[in-house]
Amino acid sequence: MSPHSRVASGLRLRTAIGLGAVASSLSRALRRGDGQVIGGRVVLSACPDAFGRLTARRHVTFVSATNGKTTTTRLLAAALRTAGPIVTNLSGANMPAGMVSVLARTPDSQTPAVFEADETYLPGLLAQTPSATVVLGNLTRDQLDRVGEVAMVARRWRTAFADHPALAAVANADDPHVVWAASVLPDVVWVGAGQPWRADAACCPECGAVLRFDDTDWSCGCGLRRPEPTWWLDGDHVAGPSGRYRLDLALPGRANRANAVLALAAAARRGVTPERALAAFREVASVGGRYQVREYAGRRLRLLLGKNPAGWVEMFDVLAPAPAPVIIAINARAADGRDPSWLWDVPFERLAGRLVVATGERCHDLAVRLLYAGVRHVVAADLAAPWPQELGDAGSPGGPPLDLVATYTAFRDWLRRTGGDTDVR
Amino acid sequence: MSVDPNLSRGAPGRGHPTSEVRIVTVFPTLLGTYGDGGNAHILAVRAQARGIPASVIRVDPGDAVPVEADLYLLGGGEDDAQVAAVELLRPSALPQAVERDAVIFAVCAGFQLLGHEFPGADGRPVAGLGLLDVTTTRLSRRAVGELLAEPTDATPLREPLTGYENHAGATTLGAAVQPLGLVRAGVGNGTERAGHLVEGAVQGRILGTYLHGPALARNPELADHLLGLVVGRPLPPWPQPEIEALRAERLAAAGWRR
Repeated sequence: MSPHSRVASGLRLRTAIGLGAVASSLSRALRRGDGQVIGGRVVLSACPDAFGRLTARRHVTFVSATNGKTTTTRLLAAALRTAGPIVTNLSGANMPAGMVSVLARTPDSQTPAVFEADETYLPGLLAQTPSATVVLGNLTRDQLDRVGEVAMVARRWRTAFADHPALAAVANADDPHVVWAASVLPDVVWVGAGQPWRADAACCPECGAVLRFDDTDWSCGCGLRRPEPTWWLDGDHVAGPSGRYRLDLALPGRANRANAVLALAAAARRGVTPERALAAFREVASVGGRYQVREYAGRRLRLLLGKNPAGWVEMFDVLAPAPAPVIIAINARAADGRDPSWLWDVPFERLAGRLVVATGERCHDLAVRLLYAGVRHVVAADLAAPWPQELGDAGSPGGPPLDLVATYTAFRDWLRRTGGDTDVR
Repeated sequence: MSVDPNLSRGAPGRGHPTSEVRIVTVFPTLLGTYGDGGNAHILAVRAQARGIPASVIRVDPGDAVPVEADLYLLGGGEDDAQVAAVELLRPSALPQAVERDAVIFAVCAGFQLLGHEFPGADGRPVAGLGLLDVTTTRLSRRAVGELLAEPTDATPLREPLTGYENHAGATTLGAAVQPLGLVRAGVGNGTERAGHLVEGAVQGRILGTYLHGPALARNPELADHLLGLVVGRPLPPWPQPEIEALRAERLAAAGWRR
């Protein structure tokens, strides 16, 4: 590049960032949201290679998965911050525009970035950051209308990874699609993070034959098999090359322990010791509002995100034990997937003995599912008030909170309704 | 093979003692990506609600497909899984079950693999089981969205069929089959007969469709029709407000007008 064109192109990026900032503040002034995504979009349309240019001199880690990417990103960011400042995206702003917006507001060009990446956008991002680190959790059915089938996403990942052999990876050895995609890379740290949901990995991604699962191991006749992990989840502990550590998390459930093991392995790659990472993890008590207890119309609600069957099977252990009632909010907007048929893949029979309040835009789909599951339920399309009398005094002040499990956009609605996303990052 | 203990109980003391309806859910790990596994459970519950004992038999890859069951269900799946399923079914007892007059209800990938031919993951044609006189090729654009169809007289169904479709198959009907419905919204088979865009196929006691939702959750009349074929008589009504509310909402969403 000639000195002249370098100046011109630097000017173009600066102009694009300026335009983006104007769009962001306009959007905020019009109360259309925090303006981040729109700002990022404006930057990208004025300067399409903005992402590559804003990351040219910094190390970037992408965290991607169907489930757990927001939490893993959050935990990893907390661990890396013990070694110095980092840049990270707001939960959910996991497409290029959201990332560009954060980068554009970062004053220096070298601060490392940790980004949650939507699984369909990951390949495109890697084309602009060929020596990034990728942290790969799991691939299961979710938003089949938008994301596509699991094997298709895995194929796109594998193609992108093969095109960028300088990538470093931290990947879940227990998910056959993740293993197949990542195994084209020369540098992978395998993590035994577990994967209780196996219904999307019936067939070998390499040869199409039926995969053999044996307790925690899996393999195929063609040679694809579970790699030996460097770090692994062992009940309440994480084990690895430097020893065995107790996972004392503020976040509940097995899935969050799995997220923590991935984050710990990724932090270790970046030079953060397990002791320091674990201490940082303990400070994370909620992620983008998940697990927070909020007051609404005289009741205390614990907000939980349940958006697909693989996530839901891990939810039953997180819920307050029976007979505590549960509110379940189902939407089917673009970001939820337009088809809520996945409700039939969730073993809702396990809620027998409780009352379920079915709410959200697709509450009738849930009600039919609960009817056939033999679970007592009441339908309340709008929970504004009064509360269904069947709930009694559940969630009233002084008692334990009432669990509310919501799909992605329903969760966002409830967050907004109860005071917004107040997480400190 | 495993029998779901919760479903193998009949409903004692109600109705006439009838022999048990045996429902086989075929390879749910391969053919169950779109929630179609719910169909088996729905049939069992609806039978039991009428005092008809019913059991669900789950057949996984490696298990033998039983020959003497009454109703076999196949669901939607991914391309590789569909090919794996057809290879496992080719030497199985499913063709014999058809000869024994079993009822087959197949959705999406399951529907396609019962036909003469369907496209594999690389687009090349794969031989189907040839139990249903249909042939599937690739649609130029994937069909994704609400699907609404009006039943033809291939079945006694009267109520509109509602569901969600997500597939890339263009399914052409042969002379031996009738369409299940005429498309009012969505794509369905993506092919026409007598100038109408059609949905699904009916050939004797075999029914194929592109409806997910699952189909029998959204279309209780269709579920009872399948059970009626097995027991040899129509089932008494079993109205449920949840199902009626869901149907009203989905039909309105797809723009249904009588």
